[in-house]
Amino acid sequence: MPEPAISVERLAKRYLVGHRAPRHVRQGYPALRDAIERQARTVARKAIDVMRGRQVVQGDEVEEFWALKDVSFEVHQGDVLGLVGRNGAGKSTLLKILSRITEPTEGRVTLRGRVASLLEVGTGFHPELSGRENVYLNGAILGMTRAEIRRKFDEIVAFAEIEKFLDTPVKRYSSGMYVRLAFAVAAHLEPEILVVDEVLAVGDAEFQRKCLGKMDEVSRRDGRTLLVVSHNMGVITSLCTKALWLDHGMVCERGTPETVVGQYLAQSSSGGDRVLRLDHLPRPPAIGDDRFRFEALEWLCPLPLRHGEPARLRLHFRTKAPVSNVSIVVGFNSVDGVRLVSYHMDHAGARRDLTVSDRSAVELVIDSLNLGPNLFNLDLSCRSGDFHGLDGISGCGRVEVVAGPRTPASIAAKNSGVHVEGQWVWDETTEPARLGLTSR
Amino acid sequence: MTDVIVIEAGRHERNYWRDLWRYRELFYVLAWRDIAVRYKQTVIGAAWALIRPFLTMVIFTVLFGRLAKLPSDGTAPYPLMVFAGMLPWTLFSSGVSEAANSMIGNANLISKVYFPRLIVPTATVVVAFVDFLITFSILLAMMVWYRFLPGWQILVLPAFVVLAFLAAIGPALWITSLIVRYRDFRVIVPFIVQLGLYVSPVGFSSAIVPETWRFAYALNPMVGVIDGFRWCILGGQGALRPETLAVSLAVTAFFLWYGIRRFRKTERSFADLL
Repeated sequence: MPEPAISVERLAKRYLVGHRAPRHVRQGYPALRDAIERQARTVARKAIDVMRGRQVVQGDEVEEFWALKDVSFEVHQGDVLGLVGRNGAGKSTLLKILSRITEPTEGRVTLRGRVASLLEVGTGFHPELSGRENVYLNGAILGMTRAEIRRKFDEIVAFAEIEKFLDTPVKRYSSGMYVRLAFAVAAHLEPEILVVDEVLAVGDAEFQRKCLGKMDEVSRRDGRTLLVVSHNMGVITSLCTKALWLDHGMVCERGTPETVVGQYLAQSSSGGDRVLRLDHLPRPPAIGDDRFRFEALEWLCPLPLRHGEPARLRLHFRTKAPVSNVSIVVGFNSVDGVRLVSYHMDHAGARRDLTVSDRSAVELVIDSLNLGPNLFNLDLSCRSGDFHGLDGISGCGRVEVVAGPRTPASIAAKNSGVHVEGQWVWDETTEPARLGLTSR
Repeated sequence: MTDVIVIEAGRHERNYWRDLWRYRELFYVLAWRDIAVRYKQTVIGAAWALIRPFLTMVIFTVLFGRLAKLPSDGTAPYPLMVFAGMLPWTLFSSGVSEAANSMIGNANLISKVYFPRLIVPTATVVVAFVDFLITFSILLAMMVWYRFLPGWQILVLPAFVVLAFLAAIGPALWITSLIVRYRDFRVIVPFIVQLGLYVSPVGFSSAIVPETWRFAYALNPMVGVIDGFRWCILGGQGALRPETLAVSLAVTAFFLWYGIRRFRKTERSFADLL
């Protein structure tokens, strides 16, 4: 048995996260003295960090966060390993460690072969430079030599289908052209190990197929080792030979793509997951108000959800300080991140002021769910009266919708978006002449 | 034979310098990108590289030569002396300040692709070097204008160019590694560079510095470099003293060693800090 191309042993990665301490509120107003006191404490702590040469973390309280914990696996040469898991499960951190961008806190990785990583399409593209120049720039960034790029240049341009615009600055490109060019460069890399993050989520279906074909060819024909992260389960099952499911930074399941994907989907969409814990999920950096925080989402109706049937969900939250005029939005997104349906509290006129509490909840009752049979991601967000973002989580959970008793068969078979009934009235006595149509 | 890479916490890359060599193409490409992009969408383009130093030279000549009536080096025209000092100073100052910002400017690269990070600040110093070459043509034009013929000393100039380059890289690397962690230095760097202009013999000759201050003065590595430039360009006239040069060389060597050491120590965590 040859030695594995990638072997990962007990890998762990810790980040330090800063929090803002809950505001001390006296008679409803934050006291200036408190603010000064807190500022002084923060500055003092930062100064001490600087003296000791430690990392400076914004915020009043510093907390450890383990993005990866005790992860071990092996990938053999020629294997295609698919990584699945929710947002924040540690997939990207793992890829960053494997591509030597960041170093692990504990554990060890052994890589046998030249590694190239594709964590983002078009890394280092410069908008002012032309397509031709960017091919050389991007190629060099990904580790190709100039001679190598020159040799493959025509092939890259043909793959990207942008011959006409080679000398136009890429800032004038349409986003599709941009992505095609970027992927074309990356697809012509010839490393022994290729690490790819969710890069196929871009581009049209036609181009995605082309990219998949190219990746498949690379692994089958040339025996290269491939590591792929994707939220598209179809990609995982069709491209990969093995799969690994990460959850909260730990390996949850490993095996053939079919079994792992099956279990992952079952766990993240079915009855087993009636309660989604939200407290530990990462929030986008722009959102940082500790007054309000979603704690959990609970389904109060049968799962999977049914099209055309009622649905009910309960959001548990915590308020550390009073907030006024709070409004919450629950959004259903397609798996590739397009918002399909939003339930906005303002629509129902249900805004309200909240007092300090750690056991409050709000319920959303949907009379008839208009989403057709498919998988959907959930978004949550909460704002106060002045549209100040209090908390928000995108892609916090996945939910499956299946055909309901009243769903017509023609819809039930398709994976689809929103389906609404509407009123249909037939009429056989209309006069075509009125619309300027000549009757035959 | 396939490469074996082992990634562990706190482990130094054994083949760091070999990697640096392997990625040399990226080094050229990054420098080329910065040069290519520099004057895009400007009207007069690369002429800016000529206008800026020329105006500074005029101002310094009027300020120090005419108003303060400071003496030049030997018989050399004052503007020529000022320019011979400004050449290495501009290389140093723009090298340091651009390198300092290079990590933040290339944050998207650093958080997405692996390459020896040393390439980024060094490539920006190379960009400053290209500006230096452009500015050098002004010097040649001025020499023709003043009918000033340099002596054999001009042949030593490349050595001082290299010295100026090394003098810039040391502090540049140190500041870069600091700036990634503590953005405070983003504010401090322009200030230090501005201050440096007045404690370096750019607008005046080293000859006017009192004897008692000579040692402290020479601790500024640019003093040796600028005096050396003048010695080469003005044909042996000038205040280049061997002891000043020795002190400057030692300080440059120290900064180079310290800068690389600090940079290597912190570069592994750059992606997390940016």
